[in-house]
Amino acid sequence: MSSTRPSVNDVNRPQPNVLILGIGNLLWADEGFGVRAVETLQQWYRYPDHVRVMDGGTQGVYLVQEVREADILIVFDAIDYGLSPGTLKLIEGEAVPKYLGVKKISLHQTGFQEVLALAEMMGDYPEKLLLIGVQPVEIEDFGGSLHPKVKTKIGPAIEQAIAFLSEQGVVMSRREKPMTSDILSSAISDMTRYEHERPPPEQACRLGDERVLLSGDYQVGHRPVSLEGSAMSVGLDQHLNKYRSQSGS
Amino acid sequence: MSVQQTPNGFSLDDSGQRVVVDPVTRIEGHMRCEVNVDENNIIRNAVSTGTMWRGLEVILRGRDPRDAWAFTQRICGVCTGTHALTSVRAVEDALNIQIPENANSIRNIMQLALQAHDHLVHFYHLHALDWVNPVNALKADPKATSELQQKVSPHHPLSSPGYFRDIQNRLKKFVESGQLGPFKNGYWTNPAYLLPPEADLMAVTHYLEALDFQKEISKIRAIFGGKDPHPNWLVGGVPCAINLDGVGSVGGLNMVNLNQVSAIIDQVRDFVNHVYVPDLLAIAGFYKGWTYGGGLASMNVLSYGDIPDRANDYSTENLMMPRGAIINGNLKQVHEVDLRDPEEIQEFVPHSWYKYPDESKGLHPWDGITEADFQLGAKTKGTKTDIREIDESAKYSWIKAPRWRGHAMEVGPLSRYIIGYAKGDKEITEQINFVLKTLDLPVTALFSTLGRTAARGLEAQWAADKMRYFMDKMMANIKAGDSSTANVESWDPETWPAETKGVGFTEAPRGALGHWIRIKDTRIANYQCVVPTTWNGSPRDQQGNIGAFEASLMNTKVERAEEPVEILRTLHSFDPCLACSTHVMSEDGQELAKVKVR
Repeated sequence: MSSTRPSVNDVNRPQPNVLILGIGNLLWADEGFGVRAVETLQQWYRYPDHVRVMDGGTQGVYLVQEVREADILIVFDAIDYGLSPGTLKLIEGEAVPKYLGVKKISLHQTGFQEVLALAEMMGDYPEKLLLIGVQPVEIEDFGGSLHPKVKTKIGPAIEQAIAFLSEQGVVMSRREKPMTSDILSSAISDMTRYEHERPPPEQACRLGDERVLLSGDYQVGHRPVSLEGSAMSVGLDQHLNKYRSQSGS
Repeated sequence: MSVQQTPNGFSLDDSGQRVVVDPVTRIEGHMRCEVNVDENNIIRNAVSTGTMWRGLEVILRGRDPRDAWAFTQRICGVCTGTHALTSVRAVEDALNIQIPENANSIRNIMQLALQAHDHLVHFYHLHALDWVNPVNALKADPKATSELQQKVSPHHPLSSPGYFRDIQNRLKKFVESGQLGPFKNGYWTNPAYLLPPEADLMAVTHYLEALDFQKEISKIRAIFGGKDPHPNWLVGGVPCAINLDGVGSVGGLNMVNLNQVSAIIDQVRDFVNHVYVPDLLAIAGFYKGWTYGGGLASMNVLSYGDIPDRANDYSTENLMMPRGAIINGNLKQVHEVDLRDPEEIQEFVPHSWYKYPDESKGLHPWDGITEADFQLGAKTKGTKTDIREIDESAKYSWIKAPRWRGHAMEVGPLSRYIIGYAKGDKEITEQINFVLKTLDLPVTALFSTLGRTAARGLEAQWAADKMRYFMDKMMANIKAGDSSTANVESWDPETWPAETKGVGFTEAPRGALGHWIRIKDTRIANYQCVVPTTWNGSPRDQQGNIGAFEASLMNTKVERAEEPVEILRTLHSFDPCLACSTHVMSEDGQELAKVKVR
């Protein structure tokens, strides 16, 4: 199931498949950063056919196919690197974490790291990978939108993506005027409308689970997790490279 | 308590050692399970806790009902479409909107595609590793594996010894490099694993094939919904126009798209018939003696039914996926189910972290209240932020306790199949009889964890066949001159009554799903979702009846308390779905589950 592909830098190869993916949950404040970033990019930029821009939402394992098909993958997401809230961070290539575990209770625990690990196991890992992340300011604001501090990072985040693609020879051009968001789902996909129609706090409680909110386990912040013992995570990268070169068919 | 009888027939004893399984991940920690095992490691008390408040209902208040689907499909990372479909049905019910036949066929195909997709992915990527030991697969003889493959599924083309040898070599490299990849941290030395190495190798191989194949199914949603993930939906029909002579994607659905859907449907049928179902039968053959996990399945099961044959007719007779309720294991009587009747479906909260004015009574979802009230019982060990042992005699879950006429019910594929079987549905009965005959098992074998797992596979087979039925039906309808896909007569809110209410339902992959809506002055006044895992993961109720997860764990023998593969096996068989809400990338990875023995 593995494949050998010409290098991205090979001038004779066909245009690389580029996937620009935003992931996260729009309903949880700054968790929606990745999706809002790709929405904005979609509205403001023209791009060639070999570039796909996708709202990956909260999908897990169903995104594996998309990652496998990509030669160049850019992911926008909220990240937890213990940075000061609102900080933009770029993580590239092998530095992007990919972990995987089996002792899950629910299929829905397939986080994006697992998607990456599964793609790698299938032998179709993107040649170039860039994670553009922002450290959230606020997550526990159910039904809320991006915090202003995070919202201002959308522009710079997109610029980073454009610059990265430009280095790979992929040209994105900015439109004079933005395209309008998808009318059918605009209640949620149009950020202004989403914010404007939000019910007031006295009508709709905005907090989540108090246990979640108060617990140190759930705080957004740097919290190293041991990979030994009962933790169920593993990195796959190095040995797979070796494996790939031996079994390429 | 020490020993306590529940009205629904279980004897709970919390005197033994307590085992806590808590996926305490900050990322998606939504469920926790605690059991007490006796001196023989048999589970004598089980407690299931939903650890996160979904709260979707409240953020919909005051919004336009025509937009509700877009929010509800963001509840969940897997079953997005089924929430969207349930939502548009609820609004159509409230506003008395009739949808065109083509829209009904397209919605059914999308829903059936989700069933097949979800069941397949669930089996291979969540559940299989509860039965299959990839480390043991290293000992397999590829030639014998090839023979096994040809015996269990003669029509599957990937069966040569060389193919299995290659896969085994890949697997070996993972292990030899000290990493097990996706298979790390399993309980691979646990005696609960019973397959011979060849069966393990065959199943691991299909794990990879399934991951590769599943991508095809999502194309069906992308074609009909305009995009995937998060396809578009529309109150009044479907958002795609049909234009058979059109070119490209601009003119709506054309023959090229429809032929593509048709081809994918055939591939799904082949994969389910030649890989998924044969694997199920092969694996089940080795676990016939593991009869645990039935719980409520032999007693109380519920299905709302789904897949209306003709559009707009939601009567029991018109639903191809059967509707009904069975009480106290009496298969001779299948009760009618009415989602509007205030006496039938009610949610209780004496053991849930919610507040009602009078908690001795249940509330029908139209009158539902979602007001959080987090408090712990006096016997809790630990603190609010670090619960070491929950006190199940008090409030202990973020899940409400829904009851049907006062009974705790199991929902899901097994419930649907038991109800179909009890009603004498021809196809379902034939499928079940085939499995029982192949494995030489009595009908009572259905009421088990394995029965649940088998029903899911059979339903994937059924769903693939029904996709073909609706595809053919739609093509005939289009050829007869009807290309309508949406009814927008009631789109304008000015045509709506000042106050109205509606209910929408589907059978989601993991069970009965209902959305109840009240609309006032063109806005949402109240919205309540009762999701399948609310039924199955329900805590105790006022009378002390335990829910389906809890019941299914009772009296199970655990080989090693510190490696509760048996608990995971049974909970996984329900394909539990709790709010899938956030994922934040962290540098150091994620802790997925902790097991504590106290």
